[in-house]
Amino acid sequence: MIPALVGSVLLAVLTLYVTFGGADFGAGFWNLVAGGDTRGERPRRLIEDSITPVWESNHVWLVFALVLFWTAYPDAFAAVASADAVPLWLAAIGVVLRGAAFAFSKETHRLSLRRALGAIFALSSLMTPFFMGCVVGGIASGAVSANATRSHSASWTGATSIFCGFLFVGACAYLAAVYLVHEATRRQDSGLQIYFIHRAQLAGIATGALSLVTLGELRGANGQLFDRLIGRALPLVVLAGACGLIVLAKLTNRGLRGLRFVAWLGVTAVVWGWGVAQYPTVLPGTNLILSNAGAPTATLDTLLVLAVLVLVVVTPAFSFLFWLQGRQLLSSEESEPTTPLPNRPFHREGSP
Amino acid sequence: MAGWITDVPAVGSVLLTASSAGDAPARVQMGATLGFHIILACIGIAMPTIVLLAEFVGLRQSNPVALLLARRWSQALGVLVAVGAVTGTVLSFEMGLLWPGLMRQYGSVLGLPFGFEGVFFLLEAVFTAIYIYGWRRLGGWSHFWTGVPIAVSGIGGAMSVVSVNSWMNQPGGFEMVNGRITQVRPWQVFFNHASAYETPHMILAAYLVSGFLAASIYAAGFLRGRRDRYHRTGFAIPFAVAASLTPVQLLIGDTAARAVAADQPVKFAAMEYVSRTSGHVPEYLGGIYFNGRVYGGLRIPSMDSLLVGFSPNTRVIGWDSVPASLRPPSPTLIHLCFDAMVGLGTLMLIPGLWGLLAYWRRRELPNTKVFWMLGLICGPAAVIAMECGWIVTEIGRQPWVVYQRLTTAQAATANDVVPTLTAIVVLYTGLGVATIMLLRRMSRRWRAIDSDNAAGVPDPLVDHLDPLAGRRR
Ligand code: HDD
Ligand code: HEM
Ligand code: HEM
Repeated sequence: MIPALVGSVLLAVLTLYVTFGGADFGAGFWNLVAGGDTRGERPRRLIEDSITPVWESNHVWLVFALVLFWTAYPDAFAAVASADAVPLWLAAIGVVLRGAAFAFSKETHRLSLRRALGAIFALSSLMTPFFMGCVVGGIASGAVSANATRSHSASWTGATSIFCGFLFVGACAYLAAVYLVHEATRRQDSGLQIYFIHRAQLAGIATGALSLVTLGELRGANGQLFDRLIGRALPLVVLAGACGLIVLAKLTNRGLRGLRFVAWLGVTAVVWGWGVAQYPTVLPGTNLILSNAGAPTATLDTLLVLAVLVLVVVTPAFSFLFWLQGRQLLSSEESEPTTPLPNRPFHREGSP
Repeated sequence: MAGWITDVPAVGSVLLTASSAGDAPARVQMGATLGFHIILACIGIAMPTIVLLAEFVGLRQSNPVALLLARRWSQALGVLVAVGAVTGTVLSFEMGLLWPGLMRQYGSVLGLPFGFEGVFFLLEAVFTAIYIYGWRRLGGWSHFWTGVPIAVSGIGGAMSVVSVNSWMNQPGGFEMVNGRITQVRPWQVFFNHASAYETPHMILAAYLVSGFLAASIYAAGFLRGRRDRYHRTGFAIPFAVAASLTPVQLLIGDTAARAVAADQPVKFAAMEYVSRTSGHVPEYLGGIYFNGRVYGGLRIPSMDSLLVGFSPNTRVIGWDSVPASLRPPSPTLIHLCFDAMVGLGTLMLIPGLWGLLAYWRRRELPNTKVFWMLGLICGPAAVIAMECGWIVTEIGRQPWVVYQRLTTAQAATANDVVPTLTAIVVLYTGLGVATIMLLRRMSRRWRAIDSDNAAGVPDPLVDHLDPLAGRRR
């Protein structure tokens, strides 16, 4: 019971990171493909303005997930960190570059510097989700052995891993585009609204296709996980598919109410589908299961106390942040007089 | 902590696997990334309090200069906290990427304080966003109160992380059977034997680093002839915080040294060049240890015994008490770093006392150039003292990563880390240079605004605060 609860806490934190932090990475993807300086100017501004105040808070969920992972499942963590060292390093470097480009772009006004930072921001936004996806794909396909002590490329370069990497990039871009549609709507910028509706549709279709391909690959790589995905996790898989279709339909009909929530729910269903299908193993293909993964009871109990703390202390704080944002009480000091666009963050209130 | 040498489960295995050079790149990488992160961490821990103090003064005394300073500091803080967050994330990855052996064995123990750190950082990030982006629309005291949780969670976060480190120095609060952790007592992990002094010492160090660094920027301006109210206030607020905490820091450091002598005697022996266990141990100030002798430096007979046990007869344990393979690598480095920390800490007392005296007599900071030069030096001095303290703590603990339980070599990854070390050094050099350039740009822009202001051009940022803000100096 307790081990399963701790597993759910980890999954919940991962969900928050994927759906909030992931969308920030996805916005970097749209930055990359926004085109030249003049054409890309407006979408880039919208992206920058909407992420600036929130990316750091969203980012901390990653740190929290890592800590939960190594505290609750030290053996699995050590194995993954050893076998998947290469993609993890690349993901970490992506985190540094992305965060730094972000922190600095607000203050940089020379065009060439802004361009360089923009390129770094965009490329690093691809790097991190892709390599994290490779790691997750490797874990899901059972390619990481429980007592791995060395970097092992087979544990993250299998077909499932690579497709999973693309899937992560796609899902992040999809979420970001949907959130940006909302943001453009809120600013009554119909040009950008249509711009991001098209992109959300494209990303949605691509992500859906990638999920199916990844699922197919998984069937060969880890038959048991696949069977459970279309067995006990089927309701979640169906929910994910339904959410994707609803979002596409809503985008086509311009029915934008509740759009962000449905998109969020779809991605969340995928994460939980994976969790439910994998239960009770921590590292598929090994004998590491939730109840024998290494941490003694007192540790697991303390982690649950932490989860409750997050619920009662951090959640109200985040809600306060959203509330202030919703009331448009937050704005950047640094918006130059020449760029009077108000700095309104997005993808916050409305998401649970 | 009696019998520190008797219950050493790992001694045998260390003696067998004495090859330790393999983990050198991992250790260099850990030291480099931590040494970088810790500067930003200090600013993240203590700078919010200093900003809040300035805002408090500004609101309480309707002091527009203090308010303007608070506003500008919080903008710089925004950049620095972001760099702190990404470099901290790298550290979290590194715990596994560099030290899988440590995490496999002890992840479920030292992860607990890290978990609390996570909660505090979530809070810190949220309220930092509110505080920094709230200046414009959340006026006055309500804005002030949104900053208080940042200061509190910064301290809470620091307590949590440092207790991980002090646990590595004085591990406890767990039961181990056949190499598996079977029981954990979270309370004892958190409040371990060394956290009593390490936590306050580090938190105060953060206040000294932030306060003196911020003050030294305005001291530099003052020395360049900008002797206005803006620069005086910008110096006085952070300087007062740091200078008043310096004596406390020295007292805690003194306690720490005695605790280290009792609990980690080999580290202490390296700090003080105690090669043989004996009484009447001399104190060396400076000096280089080579081939069994101390060259140079000032030797004070029996002083070390006196400092450790308040009597010249006090027996101090030397590093001869353990085999060579269990001694830290370079006593010279550890000793000189320790001396640098203590020496710089003592130096930092002087401008504080001087300023206090002048203020008490004339209600004004001294105008003497030497005072402001000292103020300028204190910033870098605090950073150096803090880095030196960490070198003493970390290298002094070698070859152990968890004292007397797990060696660094056992903890290190089997992967080749030279490529990542190279990449990280390049990346962090760029990051450091970019951060400094950025802060300089910001300050240049502010100066331009100020001189426009003095010439009567309105500043959108200051205007609605107080139309006189720029001109009142
Ligand atoms: C501004 C910084 C600063 C200043 C002025 C001092 N220290 Fe310090 N010291 C640190 C900043 C620091 C630190 C933050 O770098 C360390 C590293 C680990 C820790 O908890 O604090 C430290 C560690 C540290 C240790 C090692 C603890 C261990 O290994 O467990 C000792 C013995 C001292 N200090 C003693 C002193 C003494 C006797 C000082 C002055 C008289 C002093 N420190 C001033
Ligand atoms: C909570 C905080 C910290 C933790 C958990 C931590 C952890 C570690 C670990 C696991 C190692 C490798 C094993 C070892 O060499 O003992 C290490 C080494 C090192 N750390 Fe720390 N550390 C902390 C704080 C710091 C800080 C703030 C500095 C700042 C300078 C620092 C400097 C170093 C250095 C220089 C080494 C390399 C030691 C060597 O080469 O022998 N540490 N640390
Ligand atoms: C004595 C050592 C350390 C202290 C005092 C310290 C303190 C801090 C502080 C105050 C922050 C907040 C960011 C800021 O305001 O700049 C921070 C960020 C962070 N630190 Fe450290 N840290 C230390 C060592 C470590 C170590 C050893 C790790 C990981 C293994 C770590 C991981 C992190 C992470 C992940 C963040 C980012 C959290 C965020 O995004 O807000 N830190 N640290």
